[in-house]
Amino acid sequence: MNRVSTASGPLLEVENLRVSFPGRRSELRAVNGMSYSLYPQRTLAIVGESGSGKTVSCRALMGLLSQAAVVTGSARFRGVELLGLTDDEMRRHRGTNIAMVFQDPSRSLNPTMKVGNQIAEAVRVHQRVSKAEAGQQAIELLRLVHIPVPGRRFHEYPHQLSGGMRQRVMIAIALACRPKLLIADEATTALDVTTQAQIMDLLLELQAELGMTLMLISHDLGLARSCADEVIVMYAGQIVEQASTPQLFARVRMPYTQALFEAIPRLERPSHAPLPVIGGRPPDLSALPAGCRRLPRDHPAARRTRTRPPLGVLASH
Amino acid sequence: MTSGAEPLLSVRDLVQEFVVRDYGGVKGGVVNAVSGVSFDVWPGETLGIVGETGSGKSTLARSVLQAPRPKSGAVVFRGADLVTLRGSSLLQARRHLQMVFQDPFGSLDPKWKVRDLVAEPLIAYRVGDRAARRRRVEAVLELVGLDPAGHGGRRPRELSGGQAQRVAIARALAIEPAMIICDEPVSSLDVLIQAQVLNLFEQLRAELRLSYLFIAHDLALVKQVSDRVAVMYLGKLCEVGPGEAVYRQPLHPYTRALLDSVPGAATARPAAIRGEPPSPVHPPSGCRFRTRCPRAEQRCADEEPAMRELATGHSVACHFPLVPVAEVTVRSEERIGETPR
Repeated sequence: MNRVSTASGPLLEVENLRVSFPGRRSELRAVNGMSYSLYPQRTLAIVGESGSGKTVSCRALMGLLSQAAVVTGSARFRGVELLGLTDDEMRRHRGTNIAMVFQDPSRSLNPTMKVGNQIAEAVRVHQRVSKAEAGQQAIELLRLVHIPVPGRRFHEYPHQLSGGMRQRVMIAIALACRPKLLIADEATTALDVTTQAQIMDLLLELQAELGMTLMLISHDLGLARSCADEVIVMYAGQIVEQASTPQLFARVRMPYTQALFEAIPRLERPSHAPLPVIGGRPPDLSALPAGCRRLPRDHPAARRTRTRPPLGVLASH
Repeated sequence: MTSGAEPLLSVRDLVQEFVVRDYGGVKGGVVNAVSGVSFDVWPGETLGIVGETGSGKSTLARSVLQAPRPKSGAVVFRGADLVTLRGSSLLQARRHLQMVFQDPFGSLDPKWKVRDLVAEPLIAYRVGDRAARRRRVEAVLELVGLDPAGHGGRRPRELSGGQAQRVAIARALAIEPAMIICDEPVSSLDVLIQAQVLNLFEQLRAELRLSYLFIAHDLALVKQVSDRVAVMYLGKLCEVGPGEAVYRQPLHPYTRALLDSVPGAATARPAAIRGEPPSPVHPPSGCRFRTRCPRAEQRCADEEPAMRELATGHSVACHFPLVPVAEVTVRSEERIGETPR
């Protein structure tokens, strides 16, 4: 097990990350200057609505965006610049350093391949081992993600597994090379609550066991609250709030985070109480308004900010 | 909220089964999707049904609508048993029972304009003349917060998810139903849009005195809109009661487990229940939850627990409910009293 050194330096340092997709008429600016540092063995949650740029920013780190995407800024993984790596260099770095688990396990798994072979394949891509040995490792990985009777499950196809089991297989594949950073992109969104709790427990347990750093991408502030050390809230491609979890939930500063938090039905709320909502839709990312990006929404608190917020507010608490 | 003398919808011992075919079309087994479910919905009331994937909650909704017809049981809606009705009398009886589905883009024809989509049920039920129908379409579009002039001429792909779901709701409202069955109506929407649509449901309920059968997997969401909540597990109801009571004092171990699995209530997370639901083709004997239940004993395997009412309107199907019978009556009453709606 290659444990991550607990040296003081950050594992991942992202500085002024920008991603845009040039179009014929206008440019779609998906991520607009994101900066953060992630320290080893910490858990960071990136929260936001659909289209806020949370997934795109992480895919940029993995080199998983289409050729058309223009990525600028800097992202250093233990001092090594990730942006601008060649495909070969990126392939070596993917899996061993950073791995990703996606939302829909049934679409990420190959339906015509036995799950064991899919895990073994991931092992063999990065390690020079025989097929039999990779198979052995695959069974070990299935055991690691708590799949009962791993020897038998090895020979089953994805359609024979439940949603929770498939997501466990996806995690096993991601862990094949013991990555130092695991990005879970809405990994539990498609699952039932009880299964979701099981998968989150598994991820946190594996994090402690393997000394991994975890990055959770989610739209669920509740999930971020219960699992993450730090939370970044994104809106229209920008970080609008960034703080340690207790700090963020003790005192929400941004009207947008406040709105996001209040809009979620919660068990403590009485039935039938109207949910506070902000009107409108997120701004069109190809025609961003000047000034604060939250301007088009008509939440009373959001009206206060009429000019572009100073960077100090954006960066951190 | 028992405001009417008669329930609007009364479902008794509803059973729905599907045959699984093995190779060559041989009968391979029977999926026990819904196994003897009974409940009432009163006028103006919202009954929420919570359950995990595969618990049979969507099948339950469809069986109520007779699409497909249930294997056995009774579905009495406004005094008529839908199970016994055929042809045009079924259509007429079902007119006041409409449905909103999870994916608005899947339930709206992509080639139709919004105003035609909303007018379709009016045409199908031969309501009014052309001018009256147009007025009705404009009225319901206004009601759900869409602009008849602006949105009326668009096609579904020109709408956002929230707008498309509003069209689906307008369509259900067009022929003035008494009850709407909502099957995961906001699951595909973003949190902020979801809140808007949930508020719309509440507003319509108050304005039109609608009843809802609201089906979802998210407990907090169901509590938000419901007067009473029913928890479903593997084709059976395990607990039915007033929303507040079920969440504050669950009686069934499964309800407890579901509540404990919700993230975000506190920073410390209790352990989730182990394992996965068994196959509905071979449900466990006796209590269907016993294979994952921390309190299961031999009796749970031998004897199926009957639904019993432990407090006013709060029933549970469990041999060993979480709170003793004597205690529950006192405590739940005082607790409901604490937070008047």
